[in-house]
Amino acid sequence: MELANLFVKSIFIENMIFAYFLGMCSYLAVSKTVKTGVGLGAAVIFVLTITLPINYLLDNYILRQGALAWLGTEYVEIDLSFLSFILFIAVIASMVQLVEMIVERFAPALYSELGIFLPLIAVNCAILGGSLFMQQKDFSTITEATVYGFGSGIGWLLAIVAIAAIREKIAYSNVPAPLKGLGITFIITGLMAIGFMSFMGIKL
Amino acid sequence: MSDKEKLFSKKNLQLLKDPLDDNNPISVQVLGICSALAITVKLEPAIVMSISVLFVVTASNVIVSLLRNFIPNRIRIIVQLVIVAALVILVDQVLKAYAYDVSKQLSVFVGLIITNCIVMGRLEAFALANGPWKSFLDGIGNSFGYALILVIVAFLRELLGSGKLFGIQIIPQFFYDNGYQNNGFMLLSPMALIVVGMLIWAQRARNKKLIEK
Repeated sequence: MELANLFVKSIFIENMIFAYFLGMCSYLAVSKTVKTGVGLGAAVIFVLTITLPINYLLDNYILRQGALAWLGTEYVEIDLSFLSFILFIAVIASMVQLVEMIVERFAPALYSELGIFLPLIAVNCAILGGSLFMQQKDFSTITEATVYGFGSGIGWLLAIVAIAAIREKIAYSNVPAPLKGLGITFIITGLMAIGFMSFMGIKL
Repeated sequence: MSDKEKLFSKKNLQLLKDPLDDNNPISVQVLGICSALAITVKLEPAIVMSISVLFVVTASNVIVSLLRNFIPNRIRIIVQLVIVAALVILVDQVLKAYAYDVSKQLSVFVGLIITNCIVMGRLEAFALANGPWKSFLDGIGNSFGYALILVIVAFLRELLGSGKLFGIQIIPQFFYDNGYQNNGFMLLSPMALIVVGMLIWAQRARNKKLIEK
């Protein structure tokens, strides 16, 4: 029940885009059609679900204060948490590279669909943001971290597909010229975020 | 770069000026939105964030531009990320030491400067192809363009949302006595998006060549 609650919370209430604006750059750049939106969204889910558990282990067994206790009592005092940025981003960048190679080898069709988006993901704020929030939230088990990563990814996919669908339709509307493109996308995202605020406080 | 070119030639000044309006990183290049929106509830964190970004963008631009002939093309993204991450750790540690309150307010967003598209975007688009001095100017120009939007948004949100600037009451008590209310909605995250949308509208209405087809 705890996990289901966390899952729903990470999709709707703490939605990466509508609550924290993470991954906005690719969200705005790649949301012109639904198809590319789904592709990028799927890649984000994939990478988030893989990197969060890895970074969770790193955080709990290497980085935080006392995490090195398994090496012996003299290591208990060591606090390496200032290294977390560089370690997390290294994990993310190498995972993205790895995922890219695996997908290219075993699913060439999927690769040609996702190909251009995969390298972009290394610098998607949502991925690093997921890891940093995970560190801040102090999850007690690795399952919680994984569920949180998966849920955040789904929330991101949901947001990008929704905005892409709206943008496809809005191409035929009469938007004031200076507001066309970027401006109206911002305002629509704002309105959607207001909508998503109504999920606040929902508990399973 | 020819040695004859003056340090502040017209072309170099253009590098400083362009990102403020015609080529603003946020409203035209669409870079660095993630962090720009989340920390603009108040002016103080917005300014601290701008200074941090100024440091990271400029320093990483110069470093990558110095190393640009030694970085193998295939692994350049990872190399760039490591350089940027090291700089961000520096910023984070300095903030924790000297401005602990603000660093708490910025929470994960200091770390997210690493993936701030503005940093990677300028590295890829500019520093990899230009000399250190030009990259330095480009870094400064783009961070000021970024700071400009951040400060405007934070100014509007703090003034309208809580009637304060830098935490000091600006709207006189007299107004409140006569029924003036703070617009609490400005403090919520959706309004940041809408305010930026409006800014883009205003900018493009003034600067017609930016209008998208």
